[in-house]
Amino acid sequence: MSAADVPLPDPGEREITYVAAFIEAVKLEMAADPDVFIAGEDVGAHGGVFHTFDGVQTQFGERRAVDTPISEQAIIGLGIGAAVTGLRPIVDLMFMDFVLVAADQIANQAAKLKYMFGGQAKLPLTITTVGGAGLSAAAQHSQSLEALFCHIPGIKVVFPSNPYDVKGLMAASVREDNPVLFVLHKRMLGQRGAVPVERYEIPLGQARISRPGSDVTLVSWGKTAADSLVAAEQLAGEGIDVEVVDLRTLSPLDIGTVVESVRRTNRVVVAHEAVRFGGFGAEVAAQIQEEAFDYLDAPVGRVAAPFSPVPFTPALETRYVPDPARIAAGVRAAVARPLLGR
Amino acid sequence: MELTDEQLLAMHRSMIRIRLFEETAGKVMETGKMPGFLHLYVGQEAVAVGVCEALRVDDYITSTHRGHGHLVAKGGDLRRMMAELMGKATGYCGGKGGSMHINDLSLGMLGANGIVGAGAPIAVGAGFRNKYLGTDQVSVAFFGDASTNIGAFHEAANMACALHLPVVFVCEHNMYGEYTPTNKAMVIADIVDRAAGYGMPGVIVDGMDVVAVHEAATEAVARARRGEGPSLVECKTYRYFNHHGIQNLGLKYRPDDEVLAWKERDPIFTFEAKLIDTGVASRELLDATWAEIHAAIDEALQFADDSPFPAEDQMLAGVYS
Repeated sequence: MSAADVPLPDPGEREITYVAAFIEAVKLEMAADPDVFIAGEDVGAHGGVFHTFDGVQTQFGERRAVDTPISEQAIIGLGIGAAVTGLRPIVDLMFMDFVLVAADQIANQAAKLKYMFGGQAKLPLTITTVGGAGLSAAAQHSQSLEALFCHIPGIKVVFPSNPYDVKGLMAASVREDNPVLFVLHKRMLGQRGAVPVERYEIPLGQARISRPGSDVTLVSWGKTAADSLVAAEQLAGEGIDVEVVDLRTLSPLDIGTVVESVRRTNRVVVAHEAVRFGGFGAEVAAQIQEEAFDYLDAPVGRVAAPFSPVPFTPALETRYVPDPARIAAGVRAAVARPLLGR
Repeated sequence: MELTDEQLLAMHRSMIRIRLFEETAGKVMETGKMPGFLHLYVGQEAVAVGVCEALRVDDYITSTHRGHGHLVAKGGDLRRMMAELMGKATGYCGGKGGSMHINDLSLGMLGANGIVGAGAPIAVGAGFRNKYLGTDQVSVAFFGDASTNIGAFHEAANMACALHLPVVFVCEHNMYGEYTPTNKAMVIADIVDRAAGYGMPGVIVDGMDVVAVHEAATEAVARARRGEGPSLVECKTYRYFNHHGIQNLGLKYRPDDEVLAWKERDPIFTFEAKLIDTGVASRELLDATWAEIHAAIDEALQFADDSPFPAEDQMLAGVYS
């Protein structure tokens, strides 16, 4: 039975944080498979600058929780070389912005290796990182760069929005035989949610309708998907019934779930934290018009960041990142647009 | 360690396999039947062969954009190699990798690489794997002099030392980074000077002398196998042909007399003289090896010629596992 066929467990009563769900997944995979290890900057004794690997070295020792030099290219190379020779590495880039430092090893090496080798290789490599704005970390420590890697064939991109998904998606990512870029959002780390104690996998490439609705579809991922639920509740008070689709995995993209929703609601907004221009929302919008043009009563709306680096000062950063109010405004605009006679 | 006659003759054979494979590939490219770039290894044969003869089949190597020689030396199948260079479905990569991505995972050859310096971090990963699993396998990163100016090389060399991994860094110093003399790209003459900066031993060896390369590689590999960490072996060598293609004289960026002087020290012909002088082999025996490998290359070429191109339905195969 493939992972896709296994029913997901009930969330249950236990609430833990987004970061605790991640650590739980890492530990479960490491306990189950001796070929799984973690390597990265400060992931060992310190447990990661965002504490995303707290307690891993304590439980599994220095052999399997490896502090590396500050060498992003070599960190990814370490993962590639270990993965292609049979291990199942989790390698960490401290901030998502640093994917650009390691871009060659991720995009030219890891993503293309299987294809260039005629498909004979397996590359079970999970690259974990922490992205997003909201901590006044400024332009080089706040980006959402997921679109860059969605544009690269050969790597999968995962960006969960809640603790339940973090745990299940991370388990699936580690068991994946292709490279995966697994993005945590730094402003979500302390968010609590119900998470089963046991191990489970959420198959990559399956979106989830996190709130059913009938008037308009709101597509998003990561922290924006959580904020979209808040926006949807606000809009419910105004009589607008929003269906929220949380993509969870951006590549491969589950456009089927999106299109099916749009065909019911006839209006759709895509919201994300990355800059609007060239953002992944543009790809989602393009596929919606290809697959559901005749069902649309309004243009596909987009809510995203302006086309600037992430500003430092909270005075600007809070205006930069789409928040529930801006997401709600985007949805209202899509709903308000009248149907013109044809 | 004294080499047996059998080992010496195996190295001779391996160098000829590279030489004739490369010369033949160059000729085929000239006919227009071979697409893409072709970075030939002729002149540097002693490096790949001297090092790979010091390795086991389960040791790993990473290679460069000039990578055919490394795969041949690791035991690569000439037929599948020629087919790959011609973009055929029977090639090592099903025709989807070509010259710059040729590999054979079953031989521990983790790929030629189109990005200068990018193989070294991957060799570090394979070395990490060996240490992690507690095996005595080693990994070797082949790289050129010019790649030591790239960040990925520095990161890899430092990380291998910091994590104390069984990795041997083999520099093929062929005096040119593509079309620029190395002495215009760095102020040190010897790459081995960099080794101390990472805290690993380094040695310079005559890269035109397969026995000397083998001896240095054997020591570095043994050290790695014993768990004593990385080393750097710098092989002074020369590529006869242009960075790409088969022109060798009349190039704007290097003098012809330099090319001719290096060819006087040809790794195969000087080695043959020694084999004859020391009574290891007769001229007739060596000539028979050339003839035999000529035939094998002809057969590889025929195989490649006769092989089909991949069908269009193979476009997406292998993007994901």
